[in-house]
Amino acid sequence: MRLMGLTDNKLALPLLALAVILLTNLVLSPEFFHLQLKDGRLYGSLIDILNRSAPVALLAIGMSIVIATGGIDLSVGAVIAISGAVCANLLNSSVDSLTLVILAGMCAGLVAGAVNGSLVSIFGIQPIVATLVLMVAGRGIAQLINDGQIVTFNNDAFSFIGVGSIFGLPTPIIIVFVVFLLAQLLVRLSALGLFIESIGCNPKASAYAGLHVRSIKFTAYCFSGLCAAVAGMIVSADIQGADANNAGLWLELDAILAVVLGGASLAGGRFSIPLTLIGVLIIQTMTTTIIMSGVDPKYNLLVKSIIIIAVLLLQSPVLRAQMGGLLVRAKTGGEARP
Amino acid sequence: MKSRYLPVAATGALFLFLLLAGAWQFPGFASPRVLLNLLTDNAFLAIAALGMTFVILSGGIDLSVGSVMALSSVLFALLVENYGWHPLEVIPFVLAVSAVFGALMGALIHVYRLQPFIVTLAGMFFARGLATILSEQSIPIEDPFVDAVNNFGFYLFDRAWLSSAAILLVVVFAFGLWLAHFTRLGSYIYALGGNATSAALLGVPVGLTTIRIYALSSCLAALSGIVYSFYTASGYALSGLGLELDAIAAVVIGGTLLSGGYGFVLGTVAGVMTMGLIQTWISFHGSLNSWWTRIFIGGLVLGFIIIQQRITAGIKKR
Repeated sequence: MRLMGLTDNKLALPLLALAVILLTNLVLSPEFFHLQLKDGRLYGSLIDILNRSAPVALLAIGMSIVIATGGIDLSVGAVIAISGAVCANLLNSSVDSLTLVILAGMCAGLVAGAVNGSLVSIFGIQPIVATLVLMVAGRGIAQLINDGQIVTFNNDAFSFIGVGSIFGLPTPIIIVFVVFLLAQLLVRLSALGLFIESIGCNPKASAYAGLHVRSIKFTAYCFSGLCAAVAGMIVSADIQGADANNAGLWLELDAILAVVLGGASLAGGRFSIPLTLIGVLIIQTMTTTIIMSGVDPKYNLLVKSIIIIAVLLLQSPVLRAQMGGLLVRAKTGGEARP
Repeated sequence: MKSRYLPVAATGALFLFLLLAGAWQFPGFASPRVLLNLLTDNAFLAIAALGMTFVILSGGIDLSVGSVMALSSVLFALLVENYGWHPLEVIPFVLAVSAVFGALMGALIHVYRLQPFIVTLAGMFFARGLATILSEQSIPIEDPFVDAVNNFGFYLFDRAWLSSAAILLVVVFAFGLWLAHFTRLGSYIYALGGNATSAALLGVPVGLTTIRIYALSSCLAALSGIVYSFYTASGYALSGLGLELDAIAAVVIGGTLLSGGYGFVLGTVAGVMTMGLIQTWISFHGSLNSWWTRIFIGGLVLGFIIIQQRITAGIKKR
């Protein structure tokens, strides 16, 4: 459990929520857990969920690191658009090397993250506003790169990122797994995770203890930008194009939601990437359940909001105290312990 | 000049600068007609931004503003068109419903100590979802009262048209000014934003104030939706997407600190007008593409928060 980063009881609630939703799916559609192997590739509802949640999962991994330092990154959706635009335009130009295109996309994300990071760590600006700037201006920049068009390309090698499969699983799932593994090992096998949590809990004390608060915060935003760039490449490879207006639209909110559903606090401090990924799965499974249940998709947002509030309330210590108080009164027949 | 007036003064100066630069570049840019049109076209954003100002002054945030606006516009169109209510009956009803919605969010935030960002995010999904359920299509409004209000106005000098929306904007902001500086609730809001713990110790009713702030914000967002319904003569569930971000940008440009406790209602007016002026400048220019608006506004917000940050650092040193 040490490798998970959080104690056992924090795992219970998100896993329970996910289990409830999965079981509901099973009731609605008995073939839900059914997996099929065709032409060396796995098919099934579970694979679908994992595949579709890949961009948000990547955003959420970066987001949980940023939130853990006590910040937030609203610009990741716009960075998806920017990296998609950069890659699409390079693929259409005379550049031949796929590696160069991918590196350029990642650089775009790193630059965006660096801008955010310097605003927060060097200028000391509040993360919400600092990243709001790029969120607003970023799509404008992506439009600028695309010259106002929806740029399409025809490159099978790049599209493999979105539609191909490795070891029978869709490529996006493998990409998420690799990024998750790298991030988790980096954060838990080194002291970096401890430093990040410390900065989120108490930046001043961390600085006095000798931590390089600014550098670590800067790195966190760069990492978030990088994750967003990779997500952007998956999104654009999927549609074989770059749509500056719609790529990654509102995905940052889903990423933040996933981090909170995983039990992390928006004020910073303790975090857990596995729990965040469970949060991502909760959101995606919820969407799938609504579609599978045959309920009109227009109820999607409403159900989502009710489930969010329910999970938040259950996580709230105040509600637990209230419920605990009720239980105690029931047991001791009217004498509530203080 | 006291340092706390500096951000607002900076906004005002910027607005004047943009106005003069535009007037020098394009004839007719600084005409009363263009300026009054600015008021009319941005009335709905300004009203929503006023609600957002109060929330941000108290140290919170309200992401549900755009969705409440859409919900109220759909509700208004639905009740007037499909159920035959008179607009004057619908307006108080919609305002009351939205105030209850906001109060619920405020209660959740205070009682269960949930963070405003997430609660209002859930509220955003809820309101948007409700609006979509009520009507997925846009509902056109053909009501004589709505037409009359839309046509109501005064011709001021030089063919400048003072519309009902502009008049409402002035009235709402006068109310906002009165609330912020002449009522107890206003002082409670500023106190809460400055330091919530100190405010509680001073006797500020934190819970009640929080509930009232979010109720006010949702109420003003609903009013904004009604104004928008009149303006477009329709109700559409997908309107107001991203309105909350525009409102936050307007509030920040207007000199209010996001951490709470510092800021002025008039600053928000200046912020909204500045954003509208940039858009007017781009449309006068003609050959610049619309995405430059986003880049300019992003740059503006950036410039302002850097100014704000310098001032806060200066205030803290004293």
